[in-house]
Amino acid sequence: MDTVDLLALLREAAPTAQLEDAPGVDLQPTIYAARDDMPELTRALRDRPELAFTLLIELTAVDYWPREPRFEVVYLLVSITHRRRLRVKVRLHGDDARIATASDVWPAANWLEREVWDLFGIVFDGHPDPRRLLMPEDWEGFPLRKDYPVQVKLTPRTTEPLQVTEEEFRANLTKDRLSRDQA
Amino acid sequence: MPDIRTETMTVNMGPQHPSTHGVLRLVLELDGETVRSSSPTIGYLHTGIEKTTEQKKWQQVIPLVERMDYLSAQSNSMAFCLSVERLLALEIPQRVTDIRVLIAELQRINSHLVWLGTHGMEVGAVSVMLYCFRERELLLNLNEMLAGFRMFPSYMRVGGLREDLPRGFHDAVRAFLDRFLPKLAEYEDLLTKNEIYLKRTQNVGVISKDDAVAYGLVGPIARAAGVDYDVRRYFPYLGYDTYQFNVPTQTVGDVYSRYLVRVAEMKESVKICRQALERISPTGAFAVDDPRVTPPPKDRVYTEMEALIQHFLIYSQGFTVPAGEAYVPVEGPRGEHGFYVVSDGTNRPWRVKSRAPSLLACQALERMIVGGLIADVIAVIGSIDVVMGDVDR
Amino acid sequence: MVQWARRSSIWPVTFGLACCAIEMMAMSCSRYDVARFGAEVFRGSPRQSDLMIVAGRLSRKMAPALRRIYDQMPEPKWVISMGACASIGGVFDNYALVQGVDQIVPVDVYVPGCPPRPESLIYGIVQLQRKIALQKLA
Repeated sequence: MDTVDLLALLREAAPTAQLEDAPGVDLQPTIYAARDDMPELTRALRDRPELAFTLLIELTAVDYWPREPRFEVVYLLVSITHRRRLRVKVRLHGDDARIATASDVWPAANWLEREVWDLFGIVFDGHPDPRRLLMPEDWEGFPLRKDYPVQVKLTPRTTEPLQVTEEEFRANLTKDRLSRDQA
Repeated sequence: MPDIRTETMTVNMGPQHPSTHGVLRLVLELDGETVRSSSPTIGYLHTGIEKTTEQKKWQQVIPLVERMDYLSAQSNSMAFCLSVERLLALEIPQRVTDIRVLIAELQRINSHLVWLGTHGMEVGAVSVMLYCFRERELLLNLNEMLAGFRMFPSYMRVGGLREDLPRGFHDAVRAFLDRFLPKLAEYEDLLTKNEIYLKRTQNVGVISKDDAVAYGLVGPIARAAGVDYDVRRYFPYLGYDTYQFNVPTQTVGDVYSRYLVRVAEMKESVKICRQALERISPTGAFAVDDPRVTPPPKDRVYTEMEALIQHFLIYSQGFTVPAGEAYVPVEGPRGEHGFYVVSDGTNRPWRVKSRAPSLLACQALERMIVGGLIADVIAVIGSIDVVMGDVDR
Repeated sequence: MVQWARRSSIWPVTFGLACCAIEMMAMSCSRYDVARFGAEVFRGSPRQSDLMIVAGRLSRKMAPALRRIYDQMPEPKWVISMGACASIGGVFDNYALVQGVDQIVPVDVYVPGCPPRPESLIYGIVQLQRKIALQKLA
């Protein structure tokens, strides 16, 4: 099934969405979607029986600095029932890099979005757990952006930051002492 | 009797652990021996390979990419080559595709042997590890025959292969395949009907069919849960639709069914290898005939000027790939993987993103271990076959 | 005499990080059996081992854990840095890796390779045994 038929199906499923065809040599058809249409579009892609894109294979981003719009968030989807693949891309500007989360539509998107936040700095609104995934928790900067250097001269840290605050630490000590006295 | 105050105990299965298959950190909240919640932390092996590839030329990316999922190295490099060749619109000779199929299936057997060995050892069957690694040494001998290197031969190149097959390769592969099937039957004798193994693995780490799809799981984990998604059948590449093989599936979705699926896959791989071996002639074309991509043979380089210039250009500045993007999915030992390659028309990649099946398997781990015993955590981690190099890249 | 005992039964702690760990496992299996050199079991706990073979690439996030494991090992202890990534950062000269494990722990033997063949690693262990033979009891 080529892009034209798929695009027609998608337009029928999400009539208010602005969709744009992006021809290319790749084996999966690619479309561009607007950021605000994504919540409706993702639900239509998953739930409509003639689309049935239930498997989210990939969620990533590409940084096209210095071109504006700077980022493109890429969703790769597979429909097992219809044996179809699709790539959806959303363009984002560098100073407004936010998009709604897809983790309520596909639970697989949870860690994939955390990784995109970690490496690119794109914020996913509504994400249940927005923490860094691959870099250390207190790392500064977003490594895979094009203006981030490849080599970084930093002495490696040999101690881990304490993961509880001082008040919590003291509270844990007193709680421990109490339980031992009672037992 | 006074009220016994019970609390859950938080235990850290740290990054350094004999059974976590690399550096995975699980913070488990235990109530006695039952796992109440877990929070996995990854990133302890993050190597920034994707950023490093943006600095290298196209052909130089291949050794980097092999080291991502280090157990299915040649499958990785093949997936990368397929994506780049799609962008370049190269017509790969039939012999090269058959050799690639053979190597991919041998790599699948290789990876599953490591899985079986480590999983058996963690569950308690220590001798299985020694047997599996013994067969694996034969496969590494084959790799060494091809390119002189045991684990990362870098034999697949954009445009074909690095050089032709060595003499005696067919006999060596046939000898391995003849020896391997009876040995696999021996390992099955040890585990498949072993009561201890059954008690340890049946109904442990269950994931349902819908959950598997929702969490993006592919490969043996999904096939053990009943999702029969196999890229070789759904989106055939390298001529897989011309080979006769089955795709084994199970329905229960526990550790035992994943074991059954992987053992059956090894048998199917042997079948495919035999078929591929029939089709490959001992000598012939090993790369596409495109002067931009394939270096000329050395005797011509020493005598002809054009060949010298071609050799110099390929090895100094590399070839340029037209702007665009491509993603060719490949069925690796862990499921679908591939490389989303974006090119801006120069001789360096703009973005190389590896679709890592192990990352989503790690995410689904939480779902599989909550409610089970802590000893089951080890069995489950072994069964989902995560390679941390693939998770963290 | 004591040094003979120390070098003939040197027990490593499992610190396999990446691809080198697979070659380390292959070394301990039947073809390149390292048990005949004294490294009989790979202890899981650092408190019961003498040798740490850092096998694989060390990322910045893992560096504190490495230091902790090293500190938990009792004296006398030795470190073998296995592979190019552990020795010098390997192929990956970037933001995420520590360029050489010797920035964090003192290394006794460096074994080059990517990954080193099991025989190279066994040679590294034999060199370490020679080094221990020459050491005087402090």
